[in-house]
Order: sequence, then structure tokens, then C-alpha cells
Amino acid sequence: MSLAPSERAPATGAAHATATGIPAGRGTPRRTGRARQGRRRLLTRESVPYLLIMPAVLGFAIFKAYPIAASFWISLTTGNGDERQFTGLANYRRLLDDPLFWTALKNTALILVVQVPLMLGLALLVALGLNSTKVWLRPLWRLGVFVSSLTGLVAAGVMFSVILNRDAGLLNWVLSLFGVDRVNWLGSPVWARVGVVLVITWHYTGYNAVMYLAGLQGVPKELYEAAMVDGAGPVRRFFSITLPQLRPILLLTVVLSTIGTLQLFDEPYVLTGGGPDNATLTVTMYLYNNGFKYFDFGYASALAYALALIVSLLGILQVRLMGERR
Amino acid sequence: MKLRGTLLTVLLAGAFGLCVGPFYWLAMAATQDNKDVFSWPPKLLPGGHLMENLQGLQESIGLTRVLLNTLLVAGLQTVGAVVVSVLAGYAFAKFDFRGRNLFFVLLLSTLVIPDTVMLIPIFQMMMDLGLIDSYESVILPGLVTPFGIFLMRQALRSMPDELLDAARVDGAGELRVLWRIVIPVNRPIIAALALFVFLGGWNQFVWPLIALRSPEMYTLPVATATLQGLATTNYAQVLLAGAIAAIPVMALFLVLQRQFISGLLAGATKE
Repeated sequence: MSLAPSERAPATGAAHATATGIPAGRGTPRRTGRARQGRRRLLTRESVPYLLIMPAVLGFAIFKAYPIAASFWISLTTGNGDERQFTGLANYRRLLDDPLFWTALKNTALILVVQVPLMLGLALLVALGLNSTKVWLRPLWRLGVFVSSLTGLVAAGVMFSVILNRDAGLLNWVLSLFGVDRVNWLGSPVWARVGVVLVITWHYTGYNAVMYLAGLQGVPKELYEAAMVDGAGPVRRFFSITLPQLRPILLLTVVLSTIGTLQLFDEPYVLTGGGPDNATLTVTMYLYNNGFKYFDFGYASALAYALALIVSLLGILQVRLMGERR
Repeated sequence: MKLRGTLLTVLLAGAFGLCVGPFYWLAMAATQDNKDVFSWPPKLLPGGHLMENLQGLQESIGLTRVLLNTLLVAGLQTVGAVVVSVLAGYAFAKFDFRGRNLFFVLLLSTLVIPDTVMLIPIFQMMMDLGLIDSYESVILPGLVTPFGIFLMRQALRSMPDELLDAARVDGAGELRVLWRIVIPVNRPIIAALALFVFLGGWNQFVWPLIALRSPEMYTLPVATATLQGLATTNYAQVLLAGAIAAIPVMALFLVLQRQFISGLLAGATKE
């Protein structure tokens, strides 16, 4: 088994013996210098993993661990810039009494409970279709459905701000072909929410569909054959084989979509600016306004932590409910 | 049986139309005169104003500069994040070291923490370092991607140990094993990761919006969003900016479809 590679390795190795250190170190120039001097001492099997992991640890410490800790500290203070006073839980108390926070949370929750099931349901249907051997031109459909998930949020945002225009938007025009009256998508509180949901659904359904398609293709064929021998119909097969087999990937998409929707910012920012009448103000948008419009870092951090708490609680709940039962 | 296939095909074609239709309209709208963007019925054929709109964008946001900014930021972020992810993923996948599991769990747990939690301290850090409104401020925070490290770990784990040990027995140093074996063997998944990171960098919005101040530093999404916020917005130009943001992405996808999907699937299906 190891014969082929061991025969090949010395040949390539000899040819590139002098060059090896240079290309491998290209991304981490500082360490290569040291490594080349003391390669024998430094690059033992014991030290290598620590060197490999070093950039990730450094980056993690600076741009993840420190900000997460610092943000918590900031949330316990009030004041501007460097003149901060420790005020304990004052920001969190303020948050509980802040009607706009509750509005933002309600909007976010509303969008979440409508959008995530709608999108994942559609994605599953699309995946089932794409997985069927009876369908023609499958690669084409797969490509088209996936392509919208690659679009940036801003590009999608500006595109839909015109498509959803009341008087001249593409959507109202298409609807008018079916005799539907013009809808004031971005101008009325209810329809603005619907509009945001539509745009997010347009944006991410294909991505989830491709994930499900991967899951479907991983289901062992024998399971279906055995079920057919036992006389199970298509509906029965779907519920007793397909869904349970897809459970890990369903869980993954539910958790990821929930996290994404709870942090919703870009679409409302570009489409509605949070309006009309704060109907599409989300928690992250409110956080952004407080932090980077009013520069109230303490309160914005408290909002961020409140949101993180909600996200993790929901995540844990979902894993509990849907996770592998042992 | 044949009927079911036809029905499914029609439904999928409908889904295709819903997904791709807006792009078609976008491409057409970007070639119209500003006043025709909001005409009823919508213009669904190419207009003759593409060059004019391009020129307008060059004047209003400095299109070439903005595009170069975006390419630079996304490109450097890609190189950096891929290097960090491959190195760390290799360590996680093929080495035993103290703190491995702890660090891995910590790394993954940051996936559930909203990025917004980190915005303010990173903003302050960049202010203190005097890096606000610089390329570094946008690039640096994106270099450690838990997703990338996770993806690489999953991919490299499936590489047989015998392959690496054989090279070591033959006297190859650890760097040579990494460069001559690990990276070539895993080139497709590394390419997939590079694509994902590049896309993320190309499209990123919130952090550059906060970190960048002067219009000549703006990336395309930031410039587009600010252009849209103006009172005298020329929508044909905004839509053209949107189309320009979307086109490279679709082109990349068309060329490298396989890598995209395989990368997505590798992340999703391996346990």
C-alpha cells in the first residue's frame, strides 16, 4: 500500500531538496527565516503542529477571543470613547425597558419563524426535484438555482429595491400580468416585511437546496430497495428513510439559517433602512445604529451580547430537539 | 412516469426562472437611461446607455479605483485565509498536540457568536492602531476563518497516514511533506476554499462600511450602498454597480462549478 508513494517521494524530494523551505514558507516569511537556520532543532514532529497552528492561534486571539471578551466588558460600561465608567448591568437594564429593542426583536423573530421554514421547505422540494432521475437538464437547473446564493448582499439589495418598487417594479409588473393589483412592497409595514422575507428566500434557497441534494445523494440506495420490497410507497419512503437520513444536514441548515436570520442586517439596511415605521428594524440594525451612528458602544455591546445569548440558546434548543437521539 | 418527469422539469424550470430572472432584468436595466429604469412596463431588452452609465459610475464613485480596492482586499484576504486554514487544518487533522481539542472547540464555538459582537472592539482596536480607513483594517479580521479551518481539517483527515509516513521514512522534512504531498493531493478542496473566501471578501459589506471612511478606499459594495443613499441617486448607475458586483461571481462559478459544489459538499457531508 505504501510502496507507491515511498518510491515517488525520494525522487521528487531530491530534485527539490534545496527549494522546499522557500515555497512552503511563503505565507509565513518571518518564521521561515528562523526555521531554516535551525531546521533540525525546530522542525521536529513535536514542534511542527505548534508552528502550523500558530497563525490561527494568533489571529483567533486578536480577532475573535479578545473582541468577544472586550465586548462583554464594554457592555458593562457607559461613556464615550476612552472615558468609560463601569456601570454594571445598567445597559442590560436599559435594554429591557427599551421599546425599540423589543420592536427589533419582534421583527427579527417574525421574519425568522416565517422565513426559515419557508426557505428550507422550498429548498428540500427543489433538492428532491434535482435528485430525481426523471428530470431533464438537471445540471442547468442546479446551476441556476445555486447562482443567486453567490450574489453579494448589496448587489441583491439594490437589485430588489427597484424590482420591489411599487409603481414600476418588475415584480408588480409580473403580478399585473396575472391581474394582481400593485403592491406597495417597501412602503407599508406589513409588505415591507414580506418583501424582506422574499429577498432572503430568493437569496439562500438554492444554497440550502444544494446542501440537501448532497445529503440525498448520500442516502444508501439499498434502504430504498429494501423499503420497496416491503411495499412502502413514495410518501412512506420519504418519511421513514429520506427525512431521518437527512437529519444531520437538516439540523445543520436549520441552525445556520437561524443564526443568519437572527443577525439579519444587510437586506433591510439596503432595502428599507429599517422602515417604514421601524417595521423591518432588526436587532443587528438597531445595534449598528447605536454603535456606529450614536457611538454608544456600551449599549451596542449589550445588544450584541443579548443577541448572542438568544442565538446560542436557540442553537442549543435546536440541537436538543433535532439532534441524534442516543 | 414520463408525466411526472415532465411536471418536475417544468417546476424546476420555474424555480430556475425565479432565481435567474432578476439577474436578466438587472443586466438589461443597467443598460438603460436613468429615466427608463422606472418605466412601465419594465424594459426587458438591452438599452443603449451602458457606456454612459459606466462613465457616470467612474465619475460618481471612481469605479476603477473601487474595483481595484475590492480585488486587492478580497485577493489578499484569500491568500492569507487559505494559508492560515491549510496550516491549521493540517495540524488539527494529522498531529496530536496539547490543547488540540480545546482550541478546536473554541474555534468552532465562535461560529454561533454573531459577528456583530466583535465589531466594536475590533473597531476600537483599529482606531488605537491608527488603521481605520486602511486596507489592513478590512483584510486582517478576515484571515482566521473557523469555517476554513474546519473545512481543511475535514478534508485532510481523509488523507491516508501511510502517504505521509512513507515520505517521512524517506527523510522528507515536515515542510517538504506539507508542500510536496499534502497540498498537491488536496488541491481541489483548497481551490474550493479559496473560491469561498474570495467570494466572501468580494461581497463583504458591514465591516468595510464601518472601517472605511474615504470614498477612494471604498470597496464596491460600500460604494454601491453609499451611492444608493444619495438624494440624487441615478438608479441606472446603482444597478450597473450591482451588476458589476454580481458578474465576476457568476463567471467564477460558471468556470469552477465543480470546485464550488464539491467544497460545499465536503463541508456539509463529512462528519
